Amino acid sequence: MGRALARRMAARGDHLFLLGRNSEALARSARDLEARGAPPPVSWARCDLQEPEGFEDALDAADHAQAGFDALVVSAALFATQEELEADPKRRAALLAANFANTVQLCELARVRLLARGGGTLCVFSSVAGDRARKPVVLYGAAKAGLSAYLEGLDHRFRSQGLRSVTVKPGFVRTSMTEGLAAPPFAGDPDAVAARVLRAIDRGDPVVYAPPIWRAVMALVKRLPRAVLRRASF
Amino acid sequence: MRELSGWGRLPVVEGREDVAEELEPASIGARLSRGLGRSYGDASLPASSADRIVCTRRADRILHFDPASGVLRAEAGLSLQDIHRIFGPRGFASPVLTGTAYVTLGGMVASDVHGKNHHVAGTFGAHVRALRMRVADGRALEVTDESEPDLFRATQGGMGLTGHVLEVEVALERIESPWLVVETRRAEDLDALVDTLSSESRRWPHAAAWVDCTTRGRGMGRGYISLGRYAARSEAPSAPPRLRERVAVPFDLPGWVVAPWSIRVFNTAFHHLHRNTGSRIVSPQPFFHPLDFVRHWNRLYGRRGFAQYQCVLPHSSDGRNVQRFFEVLTRLGGASPVSVLKNCGPEGRGVLSFPMPGISVALDLPFRRGHTQALVDALNEVVIESGGRIYLTKDALTRPEHLRAMEPRLARFQEIRRKWDPDGRLRSALSVRLLGDAA
Repeated sequence: MGRALARRMAARGDHLFLLGRNSEALARSARDLEARGAPPPVSWARCDLQEPEGFEDALDAADHAQAGFDALVVSAALFATQEELEADPKRRAALLAANFANTVQLCELARVRLLARGGGTLCVFSSVAGDRARKPVVLYGAAKAGLSAYLEGLDHRFRSQGLRSVTVKPGFVRTSMTEGLAAPPFAGDPDAVAARVLRAIDRGDPVVYAPPIWRAVMALVKRLPRAVLRRASF
Repeated sequence: MRELSGWGRLPVVEGREDVAEELEPASIGARLSRGLGRSYGDASLPASSADRIVCTRRADRILHFDPASGVLRAEAGLSLQDIHRIFGPRGFASPVLTGTAYVTLGGMVASDVHGKNHHVAGTFGAHVRALRMRVADGRALEVTDESEPDLFRATQGGMGLTGHVLEVEVALERIESPWLVVETRRAEDLDALVDTLSSESRRWPHAAAWVDCTTRGRGMGRGYISLGRYAARSEAPSAPPRLRERVAVPFDLPGWVVAPWSIRVFNTAFHHLHRNTGSRIVSPQPFFHPLDFVRHWNRLYGRRGFAQYQCVLPHSSDGRNVQRFFEVLTRLGGASPVSVLKNCGPEGRGVLSFPMPGISVALDLPFRRGHTQALVDALNEVVIESGGRIYLTKDALTRPEHLRAMEPRLARFQEIRRKWDPDGRLRSALSVRLLGDAA
């Protein structure tokens, strides 16, 4: 989804700077985005959600290349099934840290910079899994729930100062992260999701569900009695 | 582990497909690479469920484009559809366009695809400058006609059996306008159709014919010839053509819907809808990619699937190779709802590249247990007798002995494979069925 979003931004000529784990992949993605319309050069810096000590340097590099960025999109996260996380404490610790605590740290560092410039947009990919605890995604969903709450808090605390927090809550989307999982009904396509997210970023919508039907689906799931969720398999 | 199949859904196998965004690491140790799965039979399927296959469709980054020369370098998973969308507005198009735009660069190389302009532009491989490949021993290397001519040429049309294509460098064609000037000619029988196709091809860069092969006797092989060329800027609208919304077939139709009786009805109606027309300006999408108008059109054939059959019949001294072929087809009750003829130009440099000078015939054969295999066998015998060959990208049912009889080039292809892959690490369901690879 991050790639699809970056490509849409490139197609309309936005200035882009990339953060990611793999230098070779970043270099290739940068060239791809330049070919698709982003003004050259599209620069990049290494940034790993599992290595918070590198965040400041990465944001410095972005600020330097863009003379002060005005939006940060965080689309990266770790994924693992509930069974995998229950069985492997190391993996569990890594996922909880990367998807919640470290993402919050990154957002905090970015927020401070954006506010110093009079405002900007912080768009972070959370998940519908964070809206209500469900058996197959208890741990993954818990981290996302924490993240969603933090982003909502940012909206309440800092919107008046110009910080627009955009929380993206994708339902099931067909990406490399979900490859191999059985797609449920209403599965989304990354490019369609990207179009919705870009619109939300432009408008500063605080929460965007993608595909949109998931807002209704989760409204229902949030209201289900505990007894039902205890017995359900979803 | 899931069900994998080609577009004809014949055969369907169990297999593991790794959809990778980074092809370099993913291709290490994989048996075969696969694109968007538009080959019809078993060319992109694993030989066994234990074989790991890499799917390239998410590895689609553009690495370099030079607007002065039109040379594009991209990862193997970039699709023709994306090339249209991104480079069409900049005045460039792929020099070879297949019936569907849902093909990847890697797939276009592996099949050495051809289009309606084969008689003028040759196959896709003719325009490929370089490949980056991972070969069987694990090395990743840059392959060109100068550096590794055997490997370069064996890979074009090599069905993925010479190595994994990671990147493709190809020269795009500069076009003034994406719009097309198109004309149609109607022909009342096969002789007239083949004659018109051949003569009009001398004046039009894009030419193909749709044939009704279900009517027997007079009127057999009636159809229409579709001719096109890119419009000059002065002839065309300045606004770019819209990519139309596609209709989708949401579920499989029952197998009896596409049957000989319904095919005859469809073909009759189709024939009467088309008339000789003067020039008109059309959008490129329905002209080049008629297959894409209906998404999942393969579901029209139901779960039984269908066999695509495509062969090329060289021009014979009596000029009757095509007629003989259709006589056998209709005698055996083969009814194809969509039959396409194309006149092909000179052979490409790919060792197993399909086209050769002559007429290519492509058919859809709804699958009927027992009957379809016998039909394909009989058609292959006609092809062998005519000195022609089949298109492996479409094939699901040809017998290995028939392929050997029609392909003297096989020995050279296998020799190059053995040189680059002595341990037989790369293989597909097709190579087991037809080339004697170990199962």
